[in-house]
Amino acid sequence: MEQLQFKPKSKIKEFLGEKTISITAFAALIAIMLIFIFIFKESLPIFYDEFVQEEASIDKMVFKQEYIEGRDPKWSWQPNSDIPKYSLLPLFIGTIKAAIIAMLFAVPLGVGAAIYSAEFASKRTRELIKPVIELLAGIPSVVLGFFSLIVFATILQQVFGFTYRLNAFNAGVALGLAVIPIIFTMAEDAMTSVPQSLRDASLALGASPWQVSMTVVLPTALPGIAASIILGFGRAIGETMIVLMASGNASIISASFTDSIRTVSASIAAELAEVVFGSVHYNVLFFLGTLLFIFTFLINMGGDLILSRLKERFQGKVS
Amino acid sequence: MNSLTHKATSQSTPERELVFKPKSNGIIPKGATFAAVCVIVLMLAIILGNIALHGAGVISLEFLTSPPENGMESGGIFPAIFGTVALVLLMTIAVVPIGVLTAIYLQEYTRPDSYVTRMIRLAINNLAGVPSIVFGLFGLGFFIGFIGNGMDALFSEPGSPVWGQPAIIWASLTLSILTLPVVIVSTEEALRTIPRELKEASYALGATKLQTIRRVILPQALPGILTGGILAVSRGAGEVAPIMFTGAAYYLPYLPAKLNDQFMELGYHIYVMATQSPDVEKTKPILYGTVLVLLLLTFALNFMAIYLRSRMRSRK
Repeated sequence: MEQLQFKPKSKIKEFLGEKTISITAFAALIAIMLIFIFIFKESLPIFYDEFVQEEASIDKMVFKQEYIEGRDPKWSWQPNSDIPKYSLLPLFIGTIKAAIIAMLFAVPLGVGAAIYSAEFASKRTRELIKPVIELLAGIPSVVLGFFSLIVFATILQQVFGFTYRLNAFNAGVALGLAVIPIIFTMAEDAMTSVPQSLRDASLALGASPWQVSMTVVLPTALPGIAASIILGFGRAIGETMIVLMASGNASIISASFTDSIRTVSASIAAELAEVVFGSVHYNVLFFLGTLLFIFTFLINMGGDLILSRLKERFQGKVS
Repeated sequence: MNSLTHKATSQSTPERELVFKPKSNGIIPKGATFAAVCVIVLMLAIILGNIALHGAGVISLEFLTSPPENGMESGGIFPAIFGTVALVLLMTIAVVPIGVLTAIYLQEYTRPDSYVTRMIRLAINNLAGVPSIVFGLFGLGFFIGFIGNGMDALFSEPGSPVWGQPAIIWASLTLSILTLPVVIVSTEEALRTIPRELKEASYALGATKLQTIRRVILPQALPGILTGGILAVSRGAGEVAPIMFTGAAYYLPYLPAKLNDQFMELGYHIYVMATQSPDVEKTKPILYGTVLVLLLLTFALNFMAIYLRSRMRSRK
């Protein structure tokens, strides 16, 4: 009985300890603010410095520019040529192309697998599918990029013979593989949290189990599935290594999905290595980073909003 | 059409016709979704199989313990392994304390629906979604550009940067911010499984909150903290974009020994070898070997974490 002893309390120690905990807990909040501040800060010259704006003002980055007198105005991303060109459009198009292919690939597979796992699979099968998806999620993106660059591109070339060996389709498929676990996990979560009472009611009304799954559970879980797709899209837009290695890194504007592309993230990664600290190019790259940050921030807020509304609807609480 | 319908209509009286809906067996949705699972499994098997096939022959004790030679055409990857281990070690020292304290604060000190909790959780969720290249930019702009240059301005002679350049300390700090959400979420999961009665008993015996945290809560949450640390290491070892400009290098004749040294790293090594080798065919064996080593490392860590997590859940 006498062995349970706690050291006598020291008010100062208690106070310091608790203060340490509370201050440390704000680390995440501080980190996200610092990230935004410091990335945006390095891109500020674009907004006020006239010298920088000669080459890369917002206007110059958005609209077609006549770079050489007499030639047609065009959009072009060529920061390292004699006349630096900073149009954002080729990069945006490249990013969207890769993301679209990734989603076309990942959404049917991810949502389909989630439906199977949540509704049709036996418990044992479910216990097998989950580790497989976690395995897929654990593959580093540099490995997926490596596989796409070395193996998949060669296979595609032998089967289809595209003009460019490294292109949007090549990178898009690997990107889809990286996005599947995100969609699967959240979509499966959404479906398993549909209340049992809804399922029971449908069964009582005479629907077969598979009809319950497809006509009752699926529509009810739709907001959660939509959130998973949105978050997956956010990941597809921001992913760097796969597109850096497998997409060809050519800032081409074209409608074809088998042309090379250059994405925003890959541009930053490829060009940051050789950029001069404090130069116009440097500012523009940080500006691209700011855009990426804002975009994924908005996507995350959107996904979170949908999820919290869903939780309210089913469980009646604000999480 | 089935016999049920036929029987019902032929035997019932004219005023009542019992018709049962024909029940189809749902093979289309079941088959289609099962096909989706199969495609995923197949692609995973192809990728892992290809890497295992080409990489297994390359791995040997010598490969793991000797430095690269001949422009990466022969030799081993020991410096990359050493650099990766050093990197994640520093990262873990930084991220685990901060992550655990944050989780404790969220669980023990605030109400679930308070403004503070929601702001912190918002920050954690957003941190988890930030693209890895943005972390790289942050590492460059903040750690090297602000903190590093600041330290140089205070402590070093002008013109000879000591801290304001790529270094293993900045890379690991950058990674620690990237993996912070992982540790926080894992620790919170563990904290939630601690029965309230345990904490109440501790308070009833006269312990203060801090004493309870130290003696009761933290030991109980240890599996979750461990899981979080392992997952953070697994994630940190695989990320390349954040370390590309904050300290990773392709070939160094030395191993990182000081905090401001650069380092070789498995993921970065794979990237450079795959995209910038003058002769891809010659470096392919080493490339595959490196990829396999990274994969085995990542999977081993993930399996450890999954095992710990399932044990933690069954205990609940």
